[in-house]
Amino acid sequence: MKDFKIITVDQVGIGDRVSRITKRSVKKEAKIHGLKMALNMIDLTTLEGADTVNKVKQLCYKGMHLHDSYEDLPTVAAICVYPNFVGLAKEQLKGSGINVASVATAFPSGNSSLEVKITDTKMAIDAGADEVDMVISRGKFHQGEHNYVFDEIAKIKEVCGKHARLKTILETGELGSLDNVRRASDIAMHAGSDFIKTSTGKISPAATLPVTLVMLEAIKDYYYETGIQVGMKPAGGISIAKLALQYLMLVKETLGDKWLTNQWFRFGASSLANDVLMQLEKQRTGNYQSKDYFSKD
Amino acid sequence: MPKKETKLDLKSNWELAPSLESTGHVNLKKQYELFIGGKWVKPSSKKYFDTNNPANEEKLASIANANKKDVDLAVKAARKAYDTTWSKLSGKERGKYIFRIARIMQERAKELAVVETLDGGKPIRESRDIDIPLAANHFFYYAGWADKLEYAFPNRNPKSLGVAGQITPWNFPLLMAAWKIAPALACGNTVVLKPAETTSLTTLLLAEICEQAGLPDGVVNIVTGAGDTGAEIVNHEGIDKIAFTGSTGVGKIIQKAIAGTDKKVTLELGGKAANIVFEDAPLDQAVEGIINGIFFNQGHVCCAGSRLLVQESVYDIVLRKLKDRMESLIVGNPLDKNTDIGAINSKSQLDTINHYIKLGKEEGAEIYQPEGKLEKNGYWCKPTLFTGVAQSNRIVQEEIFGPVLAIQTFRTIEEAITKANNTPYGLSAGVWTDKGSKIFNMTNQLRAGIVWANTFNKFDPTSPFGGYKESGFGREGGLHGLEAYLQFED
Repeated sequence: MKDFKIITVDQVGIGDRVSRITKRSVKKEAKIHGLKMALNMIDLTTLEGADTVNKVKQLCYKGMHLHDSYEDLPTVAAICVYPNFVGLAKEQLKGSGINVASVATAFPSGNSSLEVKITDTKMAIDAGADEVDMVISRGKFHQGEHNYVFDEIAKIKEVCGKHARLKTILETGELGSLDNVRRASDIAMHAGSDFIKTSTGKISPAATLPVTLVMLEAIKDYYYETGIQVGMKPAGGISIAKLALQYLMLVKETLGDKWLTNQWFRFGASSLANDVLMQLEKQRTGNYQSKDYFSKD
Repeated sequence: MPKKETKLDLKSNWELAPSLESTGHVNLKKQYELFIGGKWVKPSSKKYFDTNNPANEEKLASIANANKKDVDLAVKAARKAYDTTWSKLSGKERGKYIFRIARIMQERAKELAVVETLDGGKPIRESRDIDIPLAANHFFYYAGWADKLEYAFPNRNPKSLGVAGQITPWNFPLLMAAWKIAPALACGNTVVLKPAETTSLTTLLLAEICEQAGLPDGVVNIVTGAGDTGAEIVNHEGIDKIAFTGSTGVGKIIQKAIAGTDKKVTLELGGKAANIVFEDAPLDQAVEGIINGIFFNQGHVCCAGSRLLVQESVYDIVLRKLKDRMESLIVGNPLDKNTDIGAINSKSQLDTINHYIKLGKEEGAEIYQPEGKLEKNGYWCKPTLFTGVAQSNRIVQEEIFGPVLAIQTFRTIEEAITKANNTPYGLSAGVWTDKGSKIFNMTNQLRAGIVWANTFNKFDPTSPFGGYKESGFGREGGLHGLEAYLQFED
């Protein structure tokens, strides 16, 4: 396999670039376009021990009907749940075009055997998952066992086959440095991931702009190297529209239009949609509406 | 695996809507007089010249043209202020005035930023985030030194010089005025300053701020005009020190003019800096540094990284990344918050840049400019790369002072150093590598006043700035910046 030497990342330089991009002023039509794009890229997520059948049903309905009083709104991209709710979500979303994503591989820690992870993944796929969000073994990564991490991803990719697209969660909050984020991104892409994803959303920090920029740059280099497009999913901590637009601006200026679709870019978020909707209503009516005008599912 | 076509669509369909900085809070006068002895006085020549907005060629205001008589008045006012008040004030009291100037600059920051952009063509993002805050910071920084000169130079008994004649350039009008005035005042000198004729407005607003701060009359005098006004300052007998920032050509003239006099002098002149990228550098951040190094302020920067030296093993990658990054640079209305590259400062500067672009093509270099249209009115230049150049190309040797980058490769550290130092200039340089020891090796051998490691064009009041060789001498900023305005009894 490939020797994953460190491609260095300068933290200060990443910060400078991010601050430059976040100063982009997105107004008027550009803002409306961006906000609608953001809605359409959301993986509406619920990953709680307390998840219930009804909660998943509600979430599915919300995903299809974000705010019916606003015409021509897109739907979200996917509903993201634990494997045991995949069947239910699949049924609820029938005919909507919305995908069902399932976390798997001993999410969120990934501390289990490969056999258990494969079984977990198979369970999700058998129930009809369109997308699988796996976690990498951070412990092995830090021990320098990059081949182990690579093989594990490759194996899960094999299980996914043509049934599901594979999103690989690096859990960047546990990787310790941007250099490591870059290396983990390269491993995940070379092992066959369709998407690379920042975080489980279970630890802090989750997604950040600097980490996302490092991953987007890795995707860009990989694309130039192989011609293969890999998607990006920042997840966790993105709950306001302004921040979502800043992420999209990072994508626009790093990878361009090819990635500005939910085929190649996603937000893993549970509460982002409502803030985006509120901003869209503000653009339409000129006023901010009460949060209670937007359903909380 | 067969490669698919790999091309990014960086000219996105998701276009940003115009986002113009408001100008409602700016009230420019129709006509500006000279600021001499604390009063606004008409020029004895009765002549005025226009200052224009380079982004649309519209007139902004009339500016008084100072002649020999006016300069003489200004120097006398400065001398009087020096003898009667300023040199007698304690450092602590001087510091209070300088602090006050800094605070008023912050209060009027938005106005200063807009005027700087209108008059000079630089993007509002830069004047708002860099020029104006840095200028205020310079006053804050030197205000703090005013009562601590004895500690800055222990046992050397520092004393002020007298009247400083200062001449500033058009690329960072307010910032350069701050670089010059703040340390001069902190050290107890008084000032006669001439801003560049195309960009006088923010310096005149600074004169208003001095008034607002209650600075004693005559401590700061502003005389506007072109090169001949500057010559009157340089040649005036009542001036004790000349501080000049501008072209190497004029610097040489000044040097000749003051030979044989006891005027002290500091010169901050041109540059042709090498930005050196090694294969182990963080390449994406290096590309950002290259962009910032050459396209900051339309390349109107004396320390611009106008020569890129890339290690040959990463040349293709760096060039590709650089071109990709240039796709997202926005050239246009400087008042738009999204503009990355504003207007070229003047018609004559645009002519100079275009002359060099033509020359580069004639010399056989390969040119690259991103696609896109430029505005009809105003002075504009696309960000430009030249590849396939050698040390003997004129576009590699001479300062262009525009958004034009010449790119060469190197194989070994020795070759990089030889090429970097092979220039009459020596103002700045940049080194990009992940290896600390390589950075120190380079900094020891590069003949440049400022060497940036893994960054470029970063400025701070605490850091001295100045050149080697034909880039001038003397330092501005930091502790070193004080020395230029003091004499010592040691």
